[in-house]
Amino acid sequence: MSTLFDFLDNPNYDLLGAFWMTIKLTFFSAIGSLIWGTILVGMRVSPVPIMRAFGTAYVNIFRNTPLTVIIVFTSLGLSSTLGINLASKDSTTSLEDNFFRLAILGFIAYTATFVCESLRSGINTVPVGQAEAARALGLGFFQVLTLIVLPQAFRSVIAPLTNVMIALLKNTTVASIIGVAEASLLMSEMVENESDSLLLVFLLFAAGFVILVLPLGLLLGWVAKKVEVKR
Amino acid sequence: MRLNRVLRMSAAVVAAGLALSACGGGGSDAGSGSSGAKNLVAKAKNDKKLTIGIKFDQPGLGQKQADGTYAGFDVDVAKYIAKELGVEESGITWKEAQSAQREDLIKKGEVDFIVATYSITDKRKNEVSFAGPYFIAHQDLLVQAENTDITGPESLTGNKKLCSVKGSTPAQNVKEKYAKEVQLQEVGKYTDCVTSLLNKTVDAMTTDDVILAGYAAQQPGKLKLVGKGFTDEKYGVGLKKDDTESVTAINNAIKKMQQDGAWKAALEKNVGPSGYKIPEPPAIS
Repeated sequence: MSTLFDFLDNPNYDLLGAFWMTIKLTFFSAIGSLIWGTILVGMRVSPVPIMRAFGTAYVNIFRNTPLTVIIVFTSLGLSSTLGINLASKDSTTSLEDNFFRLAILGFIAYTATFVCESLRSGINTVPVGQAEAARALGLGFFQVLTLIVLPQAFRSVIAPLTNVMIALLKNTTVASIIGVAEASLLMSEMVENESDSLLLVFLLFAAGFVILVLPLGLLLGWVAKKVEVKR
Repeated sequence: MRLNRVLRMSAAVVAAGLALSACGGGGSDAGSGSSGAKNLVAKAKNDKKLTIGIKFDQPGLGQKQADGTYAGFDVDVAKYIAKELGVEESGITWKEAQSAQREDLIKKGEVDFIVATYSITDKRKNEVSFAGPYFIAHQDLLVQAENTDITGPESLTGNKKLCSVKGSTPAQNVKEKYAKEVQLQEVGKYTDCVTSLLNKTVDAMTTDDVILAGYAAQQPGKLKLVGKGFTDEKYGVGLKKDDTESVTAINNAIKKMQQDGAWKAALEKNVGPSGYKIPEPPAIS
């Protein structure tokens, strides 16, 4: 069995580092997409027509664009053609940082639409009486949304949000096409070099993702049960 | 009871996984082609048909043209070999052989042989047999035509930016040897590197010189090859493992191609326009 995995002895294969990059991408994109998704849902249910229109248009455009296209656009479109860079040009790691940040930007733009739609379905589970009662107390739209409706909505959509986050974790592999050194980029290197143990390479990386996704699913499933609003 | 069922299920999954990996490890003798012929030479002789794996996206080596035909040095080599084996051009079925799939295509018998910038390496020899080499390429740099400060790998200092395809051998070489001095941008395909290079967001792109020459030829006057190769990549013809008779036959075809001038003519036609210096043909090993 030990000889099977001999190919991992290559000192250039930083397996843990690659998966750590996957975790970092997921973490920052998750935080960002939760924030941006919440702002979007606020727009979509707001009484201001122009905001509603923007929210709807944004969600429909980004949700229906393939993630690969978005990520490649951040690199070739934003950075290479329009010259929008998220790292200083003179630092010795400018490319690495720039593409890492651009990838996160792309993931946030894309994943936020799914967060927004999950939350919007959560808002529908909050009884209308709650919002009416809040209005009767004299709270404005913003207060009703942030103090009364969204907290309840969040608690009822932990399960669908879990699915969004798991999808995000697996989607981070797309970042390898703009050269972010995460798990799937290391996998392409191994596929290039270890042509005699391809299947093992694939199984290894599949196992790596299972190890990341399973606890995430279990943990968030438990949280969902805990915070569910019993009506 | 329920736990028991779960355990049995997972045992079955594990067993299936092991069986799969065993298939991957052992050389299964899947018969190729319809005639049931033992080897490639016999198959070519009997069927007058061959399926050949090439690249579809590398200008000057193997590229699908707008009109559906294929052109490039690899394509010409493949046609010559097929002809020597008694198969006319009309009897050739071209199949795209992307880098990661090459061994698989050969092992499954989906292609009879592959001519697709296929570097001969020891690891690959465990899976497939190689004829050739029919060409020796060197990893090189492609820069903007007006660039004067990049003259070779030793001039890659001062935070230069390089571009290559993710996971590829050239990219890994840069990471190992020059990581302290240069930054590497890894992308999905070489055309993305060309875009970045023309936009001047990177200083140079790197891969085998003959591939770079194809891109330089596509952008006349804008890009130039540095011409200081720093590795040897032996391009071979990949075919089913242990088909020694066919290896010999293909080697003879390559030798003949080198001697009767067709080899040089094919290179001049396909990569000559970029100013690429045509090397001497390599010795068959």
